[in-house]
Amino acid sequence: MTKLTELTLCEARDGLVKKQFSAKELTQTHLQKMEETRSLNAYITETPEVALKMAAASDEKLAKNEELRPLEGLPIGIKDLFCTKNIRTTAASKILDGYKPLYESTVTQNLWDAGAVLLGKLNLDEFAMGSSNLTSAYGPVVSPWKIKGDNRQFVPGGSSGGSVAAVAVGSALATTGTDTGGSIRQPAAFSGIVGLKPTYGRCSRYGIVAFASSLDQAGPLTKDVRDAALMLKIMAGYDPKDATSVNIPVPDYEKMLSGNIKNLKVGIPKEYRVEGLNPEIENLWSQGIEWLKNAGAEIQEISLPHTKYALPTYYILAPAEASSNLARYDGVRFGLRTSGKTLDELYELTRAEGFGREVKRRIMIGTYVLSAGYYDAYYLKAQKIRRLIRQDFEEAFKKVDVILTPTTPTAAFAIGEEPKDPVTMYMNDVLTVPANLAGIPGISIPASFTEEGLPLGLQILGPTFEEARILNVGYVLEQAAQFKEKALKLRTSI
Amino acid sequence: MNEKNHYIQGKTGPWEVVIGLEVHAQITSKVKLFSGASAAFGGDPNTQVSFIDAGFPGMLPVINRFCVEQAIKTGLGLNAQINKTSIFDRKNYFYADLPQGYQISQFLCPIIGKGYLDIELEDGTVRRINITRLHLEQDAGKSIHDQHPSKSYIDFNRAGVALMEIVSEPDIRSIEEAQAYIKKLRGLLRYLGTCDGNMEQGSLRADINISLRRPGADFGTRAEIKNVNSVRFMGQAINYEIQRQMDILENGGQVDQETRLFDAAKGITRSMRSKEDAHDYRYFPDPDLPPLVLTDEEIEHIRVTLPELPDAKKTRFINDYNLSPYDAGVLSSELETVTYFETALESLKHQNEKSIKLLANWMIGELFAALNKDSLSIEESKVSPQLLADLINFIYDETISGRLAKDIFAEMWETGEKPDKIINAKGLVQVSDEDTIAAAVDKILSENQDKVSEYLSGKDKLLGFFVGQVMKMMQGKGNPAVINKILLKKLKS
Repeated sequence: MTKLTELTLCEARDGLVKKQFSAKELTQTHLQKMEETRSLNAYITETPEVALKMAAASDEKLAKNEELRPLEGLPIGIKDLFCTKNIRTTAASKILDGYKPLYESTVTQNLWDAGAVLLGKLNLDEFAMGSSNLTSAYGPVVSPWKIKGDNRQFVPGGSSGGSVAAVAVGSALATTGTDTGGSIRQPAAFSGIVGLKPTYGRCSRYGIVAFASSLDQAGPLTKDVRDAALMLKIMAGYDPKDATSVNIPVPDYEKMLSGNIKNLKVGIPKEYRVEGLNPEIENLWSQGIEWLKNAGAEIQEISLPHTKYALPTYYILAPAEASSNLARYDGVRFGLRTSGKTLDELYELTRAEGFGREVKRRIMIGTYVLSAGYYDAYYLKAQKIRRLIRQDFEEAFKKVDVILTPTTPTAAFAIGEEPKDPVTMYMNDVLTVPANLAGIPGISIPASFTEEGLPLGLQILGPTFEEARILNVGYVLEQAAQFKEKALKLRTSI
Repeated sequence: MNEKNHYIQGKTGPWEVVIGLEVHAQITSKVKLFSGASAAFGGDPNTQVSFIDAGFPGMLPVINRFCVEQAIKTGLGLNAQINKTSIFDRKNYFYADLPQGYQISQFLCPIIGKGYLDIELEDGTVRRINITRLHLEQDAGKSIHDQHPSKSYIDFNRAGVALMEIVSEPDIRSIEEAQAYIKKLRGLLRYLGTCDGNMEQGSLRADINISLRRPGADFGTRAEIKNVNSVRFMGQAINYEIQRQMDILENGGQVDQETRLFDAAKGITRSMRSKEDAHDYRYFPDPDLPPLVLTDEEIEHIRVTLPELPDAKKTRFINDYNLSPYDAGVLSSELETVTYFETALESLKHQNEKSIKLLANWMIGELFAALNKDSLSIEESKVSPQLLADLINFIYDETISGRLAKDIFAEMWETGEKPDKIINAKGLVQVSDEDTIAAAVDKILSENQDKVSEYLSGKDKLLGFFVGQVMKMMQGKGNPAVINKILLKKLKS
């Protein structure tokens, strides 16, 4: 039998139903894996007691042969940006030192209501600001991927670095992530797993520590497309507690995975052949086009003319919102407090000590672009360009059903070899941020490897609320790419 | 509109005062603007705070539609434009009692646009004060600095409570106008039920923008006096500020654009922060809240449920009841007064002009005097509207004379008794029986033969003396009209 930690979420679900193993065994195996792989630093907080209690409750239900909940007894990990009741929630920042929320985020509540088991809270870039997981106050996450004959450690990508590492290494069946500018899709591509960013408004933001409210969206990180479909069904839904969540029924994504994309129109945006695109990735893109063509899709070149403005627009809007969202971390009501002689000193000392460099940089950029005299030139202009970018996609989706692009311009880089200037670092997000600005869904599918053997991903973008469509295209790519099989070969050869 | 000049005579010539008011009115609502926490006044510190109001991580605001309706109602009452799309913005600044680090307000696109309020001055002049806008915003918490020598405490009960900020144009030209405006506005809000108008509890407070200029000149530099919370203080603050600014200007100085605080104990204003220290609030649209969109149906639904408002009531009182504009104004401007008046009116046996006029006179005369004497508000009146109406009914049908009615009212006020009980117990029913009165008249005339002669020789004024004597003899119960009639008849014969 396959090791329990190598099962997909859906395989584990079926195994539980067939009573091939218990929820307790399944959970214990994952907890054991969590211990064995602690050096990856994927988890900030491990919750084995909670996990075993939840698993025991699921086993009781399983024993009674009651109608089972969709995720009954399935152990998962949660990005430590989701507030979990009575369980430490850090956002990987020192400023939330010792913070235990007295409320549960809607997305995690949905998961527990569906029977899922909490293994622990996963590492991330501080306040989800980063593409490498290097900015976490709890230290970087190490990717489980290695290059043959090379001792270097690689980044898992970010900001959902812990979430992808845990899925990739098998210390969780699936995990949650959040994606503000690529924080689900980029690390999924770096780590060889599936990452889905839903339409803005599809999942509730209630109880998720805010980074940039108009861009943040929760989504699943999974071993395959079917698992992503299952997870999204549970995570998504209208929430009256989030005024930006949208009241549209959630379809059964898993049932909609037909694998049939005959006559589907696939757009290839010419502007995504950006500077710095790795030739290996160019090849992968061409390969992806071939795979879809072979499956019966029609390929069409399209134009998204404002693409080149997406990154600068994003790096104005996201910090602007962040600078305001992070004002509440002031040492007055919760988290870290560094006392000062005056109120201003309390703020200054607390925030100086509590926030890391990247967070401070973004707060300062955000404060600057919102300041009197600069607002029109930066924030307002960026809002206008954001509208144009959204229109680009609206126009494109009149012609094509989905858009295919690479997820990232490069593969993962080694820890210590990361770009030293922030702007180059921000280039990691160049292919993912447009979807956030437009509010459309996107999925990254592990599709190939660099010559050295590091994973690469392809991204599929769709119109708003067409998650089922991009999942189905992802499903076709997944079958064509045979990534898992190739990965297994690679791994056994290391 | 009368453009009377209100110029103030300085040492160097006349000055015109220019005032604009920003009134913060707490919306009458059980819960806060963006959370389900209670908005009641007076709870123990920090007992009415949700995680949303306290700015905890991951918490999101959701607009309370009732507060939106209250704002629309107020906008309609102010004859204002209702904006079908309005936007919530974040006003960013750091303060310990501002938990989110920003206040959710409306900056560029408020829910209510231009409107106006007509105010009436003591000399009867009506002035129209234009309203610039009304917007929705959250209140902050309260910092408490006097509980500990070195620490400050914060009470978040008020944090997130819904406010309407109502901004006037700089159309106000005197203390009297400013006070008339705030009183009129307060009355309107209370009629509408959108704000309880309680200035002591801070439900209604005003920021006063004030400047001086030479008549006909451009606006001068203004100072803003923050958070003035009574009509009297408003008068004191403006008065002090006029003198202060006039002193500066007449000595060749310049008024600083600054924010000032009113010190109620000393009756002065003092500088709080200058323009240089003004915050850069970094306003931007709140990404947690989609634009607030209203439909025509929604607005119409609220329009048809609006109560009759003070100005309409006043006009109706003048037209239908033939009340004087002054009386009609007094009876209609305050919700409690009009409620009393209309409740009493319901209990009048004869709802005709004469009876209603009697009621109006009695309210403005005896009732107000009694309330004043005991420092009571009209809701605390010791004589209920129904009982006052009963008394008016007895006066109307001449069961009792107006003179006796005053004594009966005084007794009602003291004992809370019903008027018919007092009348019966004391046998105070007016006597109109002609035989009884004729007997009394005969007696008085025979006892005062000398006066009768004087009267007959032309001293007409003595009629009053005879009436008084007859009344005295009848212990005040005689019907004055009948006494008069019989006296004249007897004196003629």
